[in-house]
Amino acid sequence: MAAAETYPDDLKYHPEHDWARIDGDEATLGITWFAQDALGELVHFEPPEESSQVTKDSSYGEVESVKAVSEVIAPVSGEVVEVNRKVVDEPETVNEAPYGEGWLVRIRLTDPSEVDSLLDAEAYKQLLAGQ
Amino acid sequence: MQTLQRTPLHARHVELGARLVPFAGWEMPVQYDGVIGEHRAVRTDCGVFDVSHMGELEVEGPRAGELLQGLLSNDLDRIGVGEAQYTLLTNERGGIVDDLIVYKLEPRRFLLIVNASNTRPDYEWLKERELRGSDVRDVSDEYALLAVQGPRSIERLGLPDAKPFTFAEGELDGVECMVNRTGYTGERGVELLVETDDAVRLWDAVLERGAKPCGLGARDTLRLEVCYPLHGNDITPETDAISAGLGWVCALDKGFAGVDELRRVKDEGPRRRLAAFVMVDKAIPRAGMAIAEGDEVTSGSLSPMLDVGIGMGYVAAAAAVPDSELTIDVRGRARRARVVKKPIYKRDD
Repeated sequence: MAAAETYPDDLKYHPEHDWARIDGDEATLGITWFAQDALGELVHFEPPEESSQVTKDSSYGEVESVKAVSEVIAPVSGEVVEVNRKVVDEPETVNEAPYGEGWLVRIRLTDPSEVDSLLDAEAYKQLLAGQ
Repeated sequence: MQTLQRTPLHARHVELGARLVPFAGWEMPVQYDGVIGEHRAVRTDCGVFDVSHMGELEVEGPRAGELLQGLLSNDLDRIGVGEAQYTLLTNERGGIVDDLIVYKLEPRRFLLIVNASNTRPDYEWLKERELRGSDVRDVSDEYALLAVQGPRSIERLGLPDAKPFTFAEGELDGVECMVNRTGYTGERGVELLVETDDAVRLWDAVLERGAKPCGLGARDTLRLEVCYPLHGNDITPETDAISAGLGWVCALDKGFAGVDELRRVKDEGPRRRLAAFVMVDKAIPRAGMAIAEGDEVTSGSLSPMLDVGIGMGYVAAAAAVPDSELTIDVRGRARRARVVKKPIYKRDD
């Protein structure tokens, strides 16, 4: 069952339709409702390896629907401490709960100041409205 | 910027919330609710596709049969009025100009239903080779085409049973149409050819009878699971029918364009063959990805029924045997696949 369109206030957003939930020196990353809706039902998540480095504004994995492939862009840099195995096994989890059970990876931030460059929910919604 | 053509059902697709995409010069629904649900509806019950973008060519006259028999690969003499045949339009090199279904309407009148993107080239191909006494016309604008497919499609439409590859004039809830026992999904079903002005009424009647609207996304995954080739991907003017596994629609004992080359390929054995494969590693093959043991993937997707990546592609003849292992380059990662016997998906019963 697809989730309803939302952009929670407690998250930070990247213009490539990715979100980060900042928790001290760690962050949980995922794709926004807009991104999963544009792709359609997800059928594959190609995750990064644990302990690998992800770089802000660069791809760290791929998500695929039946018809399309999309790179997942890191909103912030860090080291992968956990990959969401539930999404690897059941990619549709992202469609059902893009900000909850459908998170993709957890990272340890290498440069917490990068967070300042991200959008808040209001700014991200404005960006979507302008598209 | 090319303007996209719209089928007579365009407004219905918008109302249903379809995702519309450009396809072969047309604005077509790729999905409504979602590809997987639509795909499963066709495998288990009944779905309807608007395939009005497909082309219709009529060939009529005392020498219509003679013209087609010399240009189409299959033996047209094997069908009578009321019967249809899957066949290929071939070039002199044995390449595939198009794959199509020919319907024998009358002893001297034939209908060809062809791929949307090939309507014009096919028309020109035939027109240039016309004989005195064979008139070729493009009648695509006069018709819409609805494919109603799935194990319950005949029952839901209240139609009598009939053999595959036959057709008859019929009607559904008062709307007249030509009822063709053909399709592109591997399921039983019909393709309903209807005059453009009646298309909306027919669509509404089919939906009223419980068919689920399905887009081109599901059409593609359905045909790939049963290994029906897609022209432009799996078969092209540069690929021959024997290598593509379509020797069964080539009457090599008759004369038609490219037959000498096809006989040669058959005698010598194709250097490469269109193989069907299932991914062993977790990955989804896509058209254009390199295959280490051959050329490249020509069609690839996730199989909604098997929940695994599947595809087709030309590989060295020695590698095109069941259980042979292939290596697909998935955006720089080597991923293993296994060649399987066609079709990839077959119902258990």
